Amino acid sequence: MSDETLTRERPTPEQIEDVVIRFAGDSGDGMQLAGTQFTASSALFGNDLATLPNFPAEIRAPQGTIGGVSSFQVHIADWDILTPGDSPDCLVAMNPAALKANLHDLVKGGLLIVNTDAFEERNFAKAGYDTNPLEDGSLDAYQVVGAPMEELTKEAVKGSGVTGRAVLRSKNFFALGLMSWIYTRPLDPVVEWITTKFGADSPLTKANESALKAGYNYGITIEALHHTYEIQPAKLPPGEYTNVVGNTATAWGLVAASEKASIPLFLGSYPITPASTILEELARHKNFGVKTLQAEDEIAGIGAAVGAAFTGRLAVTSTSGPGLALKSETLSLALIMELPLIVIDIQRGGPSTGLPTKVEQSDLLFAMYGRHGESPLPIVSTSSPSDAFDSAFEAARIAIKYMTPVILLTDGYIATSSEPWRLPDVDALPDISRPFASIEPGETFLPYLRDETTMSRPWAIPGQPGLEHRIGGLEKDATTGNVSYDPDNHETMTHVRARKIQGIANDIPEVEVYGEGANLLVLGWGSTYGAIRTAVNRVRKAGREVAHVHLRHLNPFPPNLGEVLAGFDTILIPEINTGQLSHLIRAEYLLPTVGYNRVQGLPIKARDIETKIHEILDGEVTE
Amino acid sequence: MTDTARYERSDFQTDQEVRWCPGCGDYTILASVQMFLASLDIDREKHVFVSGIGCSSRFPYYMNTYGMHTVHGRAPAIATGVATANPDLTVWVITGDGDGLSIGGNHLIHALRRNVNLNIILFNNQIYGLTKGQYSPTSEVGKTTKTSPMGSIDRPFNPVSLAIGSEASFVARTIDMDRNHTIEMLSAMHENVGAGFLEIYQNCNVFNDKAFLDLTGKETRDQNRIWLQHGEPIIFGENDEYGVQVDAAGARIVEVAEVGRHNLHVHDAFAPNPSAAFALSRISQGPYGPTPLGVFRDVSSPDYGHMLERQVAAAQEQRGSGDLAKLIRSRGTWTVDA
Repeated sequence: MSDETLTRERPTPEQIEDVVIRFAGDSGDGMQLAGTQFTASSALFGNDLATLPNFPAEIRAPQGTIGGVSSFQVHIADWDILTPGDSPDCLVAMNPAALKANLHDLVKGGLLIVNTDAFEERNFAKAGYDTNPLEDGSLDAYQVVGAPMEELTKEAVKGSGVTGRAVLRSKNFFALGLMSWIYTRPLDPVVEWITTKFGADSPLTKANESALKAGYNYGITIEALHHTYEIQPAKLPPGEYTNVVGNTATAWGLVAASEKASIPLFLGSYPITPASTILEELARHKNFGVKTLQAEDEIAGIGAAVGAAFTGRLAVTSTSGPGLALKSETLSLALIMELPLIVIDIQRGGPSTGLPTKVEQSDLLFAMYGRHGESPLPIVSTSSPSDAFDSAFEAARIAIKYMTPVILLTDGYIATSSEPWRLPDVDALPDISRPFASIEPGETFLPYLRDETTMSRPWAIPGQPGLEHRIGGLEKDATTGNVSYDPDNHETMTHVRARKIQGIANDIPEVEVYGEGANLLVLGWGSTYGAIRTAVNRVRKAGREVAHVHLRHLNPFPPNLGEVLAGFDTILIPEINTGQLSHLIRAEYLLPTVGYNRVQGLPIKARDIETKIHEILDGEVTE
Repeated sequence: MTDTARYERSDFQTDQEVRWCPGCGDYTILASVQMFLASLDIDREKHVFVSGIGCSSRFPYYMNTYGMHTVHGRAPAIATGVATANPDLTVWVITGDGDGLSIGGNHLIHALRRNVNLNIILFNNQIYGLTKGQYSPTSEVGKTTKTSPMGSIDRPFNPVSLAIGSEASFVARTIDMDRNHTIEMLSAMHENVGAGFLEIYQNCNVFNDKAFLDLTGKETRDQNRIWLQHGEPIIFGENDEYGVQVDAAGARIVEVAEVGRHNLHVHDAFAPNPSAAFALSRISQGPYGPTPLGVFRDVSSPDYGHMLERQVAAAQEQRGSGDLAKLIRSRGTWTVDA
């Protein structure tokens, strides 16, 4: 197949502004890979994009069943988009279960690509269909394009050297090839990726490339698909971009913080979904002096990090909700010892094992209060994959400057989804280093003597003569740092620890209000950013007034937040929990709030927030 | 301890009042450790003591070195972080039978398995002292305590067996009141590269007094102490009348007169295979009757912290020192023009 042939046979594509595509199949069908590669070629093409992977907790859930369906949604556009889209315009269904699980989301009239080979009696039963949906008229509202993907893939990979059951593994590349033709995506980046991944001489390279091209050619060949689409590069702010996954950006933010703090990075962690990829990413960067320790459990993960912090390293532990529970006791130790530490909680559906691969924002109150004793800690949150680098860097800045553990809250959606990130000038990142303690001969070192401004104690590390000292979990004398059981001293120290954290409010940016002239404010935190901003923009475009404030710092709150909130009649707080930020806002500012709360393991949709805003503006919602 | 030593014991003492009960075995161990450290040519600031929770875990407050008194059971994990982040430090873990074998058992075996360069000292008094006298994971079956009024039905751990089973680089046992032997064991553990484990039988004179009487009583001790010496046949008894043989069925006590001295097991502390050392550790299930003391196993091997340092160095050699600007471009980029 030469490029010339392709050019000649391609109909002029229809120009569209954006499209939402969902690849759905069995968890073994390679839909995450197909979606990721489609995304990668779109990114290199210059589209703006946002992705939403959605997969079961089981590696191989029962084949052909609804529970085993894995999907990958990508929104690509020629303009600045903020969400992976509410509803797909195009659905790829590799089997009946994938169709059943996803069809209700597809827009009416949308494009439905199905692998007809999988539409057989056995699979209908597994998916709960009584009749063949391709024949019973139930899909009449959609543009259905069927392709016998398995037969055509088998045919395409003949001669590649791949045989037997392995042949069908290439069918995701067939689907990707077909989609690349419909949406005018270049194949070269995919071919390049396949070659790098499997090796130039590997039969798998040959098989996957053949399947990819067969899918593309199928698009050219069949008459049903004379209509194709094209999305021009997005008019994003000028700069250099990469397509970044949230956990990767978080890991890179930590590497950057280590560089700018001039201390090596140490990660103690235990594998847990959806946090493991931070451990995996950092383990690859030993040439930055990064040390990673895969601990025997969550407790040892934070334990090793505390030990590393004592030796003057930028110490981090990464986990999700169940792991944060296990780390709680040692977190309190780091708090009373006043050592810098970053605890990353990639929130997922809970309680307990809950929905391990799905998103939730339900650890906010746990991060705030989930420790024994009076134990306040700073909380920083991440609002999107492209925000993860900055928020990780900010968590490190606070930890080092204030000698405190910091909890960084991200979630399962940010962790696995991707979007374009305008690369920062790394040389312009601020210096966040802090000198270790030193001492003049004859002086006595007092490990809890505080800096007057930050209330931070000195960081003295083993190996420095004259600074030998002992710290621990017992209460310390406010002056000497020695063990003290004195009642007044304990009360003093309790307040000192709280004031130190509260004082950080003076060192964080004030909140900025997006949207003027409104009486209604939408207040959010974390991964609801894109949906809220999109909803607010749509409502404003429709001529109505609404404002948006998104919080990065959740403890302490920014200094002007109370004043800002008091200026609005109504505060709407959308959250993927039952109202945890609402709880904090009401407690802190004694202001009423209106919640919009969903806990389905999925991101909140912009459309739903938009509806809620209209309802409030119409006077249909009272506090 | 030589005349030229850089330090004296007092250099390792702090101004904190030592708060163990009068007569506690911990005092002797503290003195032994301070005397041993004073004898070394290692900068005082290079020592880090990490402890968990329990009577013995107050230890770091009394050592004028860097120290951390941490969370119950977690000292091996926290010390793993210290020794991995900075392998140039000499890291000591102070733990007890409850701290190290019950709540912290997982961290202990993994620190040993991973071969972190730690010197772990487990004070075994076979009782929970700080919480005032409950049975511990090393208490004997049948022990009557406040939480086992009809006698404990828990089968105890043999800490040395556990450490050898975890393939620690160094495993030894001593008794609190024998200062010279304690210092000898500390010295051997310190020389060893890798994870070291020293069990010290430590008398709790308040809640479990005379638990080690078989090994410490004037009338019984010579009969029951089996001193392990590398390269020597294992012989014990008041008149060296007993010995130890080891075969596939395990280790057993024999009469020298019956089997002949040349048929006794010759102790090899440096044997890479831990089987014989394990067999020796099974001669007694605790300080009851004839019990081996000394170095069971002493096999230096590359420690975790230095191996990780070598990976860091290799990565830097292969790929050059990290370049942040390159890192954030490593997944491909595109440019949007103004």
